[in-house]
Amino acid sequence: MPINVSEIEQRLLAAFPEAKVQVSDLTGTGDHYAATVVTTAFENKTLLERHRLVYAALGDSMKGDIHALALTTRTPDEP
Amino acid sequence: MSQMPEELKQRLEDTIKKERVMLFMKGNPSMPQCGFSAAVVAVLKEVGVPFGTFNILSDQDVREGLKLYSNWPTFPQLYVDGQLVGGCDIVRDMHAKGQLAPLLQAPQG
Repeated sequence: MPINVSEIEQRLLAAFPEAKVQVSDLTGTGDHYAATVVTTAFENKTLLERHRLVYAALGDSMKGDIHALALTTRTPDEP
Repeated sequence: MSQMPEELKQRLEDTIKKERVMLFMKGNPSMPQCGFSAAVVAVLKEVGVPFGTFNILSDQDVREGLKLYSNWPTFPQLYVDGQLVGGCDIVRDMHAKGQLAPLLQAPQG
């Protein structure tokens, strides 16, 4: 089932309640997205760990609906 | 959780360790089939270390198996000394911060 920008944002906010989240559809086809997540939950985590947390938040949609997801993962202190 | 056939698991592990720096990508370095894969190839060439590649478009078993094995849902995937470094975003970010070259060049202790 295709997923849209606001569904992705909702899932990210559910996983990171204090986060600032921004999602955009890169191609207009509902399967290539870019997401920026800024949250203190990323403190002291490597990029790999941060990305794994985001993938976990999106769960099953990573198995089919989302083909590509460009991620920017930062804490509020990071540029 | 579905079981992965032992033969596939072994094949994945052998392929991951085939070269010290191993990129699982869409296409190959002279003809990448995806912008993110092309971007990682460009970064690796800029760092200048030898690297191996595997075209996941040529093998559906490896393509699906590797996602399960490494618990990582997308390609490209870069491995160094058998460890997942990450995808395009992570590789580019590390390179911009000067963290990638030391990782690729130094033998693991």
